[in-house]
Amino acid sequence: MDMSQYLQLFIEESKEHLQNLNANLLGLEKSPDDLITLNEIFRVAHTLKGMAGTMGFVKMSTLTHDMENVLQEIRSGKIKCNSQIIDVLFQCLDILESYVNSIIETGSEGERTNNEVLKLLNNIITSNVGVQQDSNEEPAPAPQEISEKKPEEDDGFVIDEYCQSIIDKATKMGFDAYKIKFVINQGCLLKSARAFIIFKTLERNADIIKSQPTVEDIEDEKFDFEFTVLIVTKASEEFLMKELNSISEIDQVIINLVKKRSSEVEEAEETEKTGTIEPIHMNKGKIPEIKPVNKSSDTAIRPKAGKTVRVDIDRLDHLMNLVSELIIIKTQLESAEVNNRSQHYNESIEYLERISTSIHDAVMKVRMVPVGMVFNRFPRMIRDLAKELNKKIELNMIGEETEVDRTVIDEITDPLIHLLRNSADHGIESPQERKKMNKPETGTINLVAYHDGNNVVIEVQDDGAGINIQKVRQKAIEKGLVDEAIADSLSESEIINFLFQPSFSTADKVTDVSGRGVGLDVVKTKVESLGGVIEVETEKGKGSKFIIRFPLTLAIIQALMVVLGEEKYAIPLNSTKEIINVKPEEIKLVQQKEVIVLRNNLIPLIRLKEMLEVPGDGHADNKEITVVIVKKGDKTFGLVVDDLLGQQEIVIKSMSKHLSSVKNFVGATILGDGQVALILDPNALAS
Amino acid sequence: MSQKNYMVFKVGEEEFGVDVADTVSIILLPAITRVPKAPEYIKGVINLRGEIIPVMDLRERFGRKVENTEETRVIIFNVDEAPIGCIVDSVSEVLQLPQENVKGVSELGDNMVEEYIFGIAKIDSRVISLVDLEKLVA
Repeated sequence: MDMSQYLQLFIEESKEHLQNLNANLLGLEKSPDDLITLNEIFRVAHTLKGMAGTMGFVKMSTLTHDMENVLQEIRSGKIKCNSQIIDVLFQCLDILESYVNSIIETGSEGERTNNEVLKLLNNIITSNVGVQQDSNEEPAPAPQEISEKKPEEDDGFVIDEYCQSIIDKATKMGFDAYKIKFVINQGCLLKSARAFIIFKTLERNADIIKSQPTVEDIEDEKFDFEFTVLIVTKASEEFLMKELNSISEIDQVIINLVKKRSSEVEEAEETEKTGTIEPIHMNKGKIPEIKPVNKSSDTAIRPKAGKTVRVDIDRLDHLMNLVSELIIIKTQLESAEVNNRSQHYNESIEYLERISTSIHDAVMKVRMVPVGMVFNRFPRMIRDLAKELNKKIELNMIGEETEVDRTVIDEITDPLIHLLRNSADHGIESPQERKKMNKPETGTINLVAYHDGNNVVIEVQDDGAGINIQKVRQKAIEKGLVDEAIADSLSESEIINFLFQPSFSTADKVTDVSGRGVGLDVVKTKVESLGGVIEVETEKGKGSKFIIRFPLTLAIIQALMVVLGEEKYAIPLNSTKEIINVKPEEIKLVQQKEVIVLRNNLIPLIRLKEMLEVPGDGHADNKEITVVIVKKGDKTFGLVVDDLLGQQEIVIKSMSKHLSSVKNFVGATILGDGQVALILDPNALAS
Repeated sequence: MSQKNYMVFKVGEEEFGVDVADTVSIILLPAITRVPKAPEYIKGVINLRGEIIPVMDLRERFGRKVENTEETRVIIFNVDEAPIGCIVDSVSEVLQLPQENVKGVSELGDNMVEEYIFGIAKIDSRVISLVDLEKLVA
């Protein structure tokens, strides 16, 4: 059997589960008694165990297995969840992650052993001996398998804690919880179809929480002639009875009230505590053994999983290409010379235009992913950092749902990690210091994302000490970046800019976290390579704020279209500053190079036509020329062009790898008429 | 008996062959955008169904007369996993060449052929030079 295709699936799903696990562990740390979170962790551990077992990853499955043991003890209340246990669970998560990473790289789990953490896990359980031993000896069962071991009621149907919590919630919202047992006629031929009708009928009036056997098993006819479901409903028993009795080929319907809606709270609680279930409609027959449930059916209250399909990004790119092509054809149709265009023809063209625009938008949307994909790893990082630095830090994330193009998301992770580490290490003070300053002991870092026009803005704010301008100034002088005399006259923002110089760190001591001098300059370079900008706001004692602003997508940019001879080129608009007309006499020569003076700044000119060897006449000396002023990084220069075509949104396509030796271009784009235009790279032109 | 299919095309009066498995499509000569400072043999880039593909003029590369006719075509080949277009004077056919008809260059002696030709096939009275695309692009 070809496992590779399953391996890919395994990796994708494991990643997702681990992320989920991470988020829930963080949640558990905040509220250790939250049963739902605990159950979710259990569920993830269990799923991972199953998946790893299927794929033959023994280490992963033993580890998750032992995690289950511990979680089971916590769930059953035998062990109280504390920060120690959570630390161990986090360790498990790290090891699981390392296994998955190793699987991605090599296809196997790697050499890393997990004995230590297994010992820790077992210690947790054994240190609580005396309470209960059973789950030490046996593999921890899945949440549903537990039901086998719990004191069984006469029909073998057990309401576990998970269902119980749902029932509790539902009753508070005015639902009644019932357990209904169905016995289907022995002569029934299509029992699963019959069961299906029963489910349909129930679903009209109620939400099914659990069924035994599971829905899957029932669909596969893996049951005898009975099954039991747990439902919450607002309908009355009599009504349900009437509805259900109208289905043929059912011998018995037994409805038991599990818990009443909470207008009669006391009464209901009593029912719950004693666990007695009050039979309403008994019609005792022989009760055959009911198979244990392997998997609980989905419930109404569990967060609904979205219906999604995983698609390879290449396929999306292909789709995108096709859509661009469609738009080009549409433009051609529009401009086609058709004799006596009828109204009908025009209407059709307009319709085509609307549709193709919608398709284009839709495809672009498909490529968008929420920044939460990157954000979700940060809470853990900050938690670990805080422990390492002995600080108390709370991370608030706002706007995780903000969407950016797939091409951007991978690129922004590193800069954000840098900035967050920076805030945690340099920004937030130690609890003692904060106390002295009359600030709350726990420092806050806000990670905020939002859309601003065609840009995405991500802010990293901390309420820490702020940037010490004096210290930066001093350091800049020490490093010889600036003269002492000049340094005094510099503005605050100019001083702050020194932070973005390579190897600039004001941390007094080098820590693991930061201070090694690789940092903000890398962030700045990265952000700029994405066509973005970074700004800093800071106030001494109040904190600082790093603001990154970058385009929504790297696939589509605004460009200035220019003409050189017969050829058209695009200049990315985010690097163009202004367009000016220059008279021949305004051009000066400095060291044999043409420059112009613009507002007291010397700006070198680049004659694009000559540089790009555009065929045609050289430049006429006596005419006014059009100059596009381009700023890239700290360099400003003027590009001499023949004519301007205007601003246009263009789709960037990469140049072929056979053209990798060609510089000066960031890529190419396809114009409305199907022609290719090259996109100039201001960076390369300047050097 | 092993045999291979070759895409046979003409540049000038001479016939050339490329493994048909490396052929993507054959198109009419489209509008070509010049790429400044590209290697000399690259005429520019074209838009093929939304993809940007470089085009090389084999007539120039092989030192033949450059003249566009009704027969002029661009054959898109996959070279090194990336497509590249080649302008040729005409496309002849897909030909099955038995291995024994193919002579390696070494059998022909040095200096006889250009380095991008890896073999010569003789079939009936025709002589077909087999082209090594990777050498052509390098």
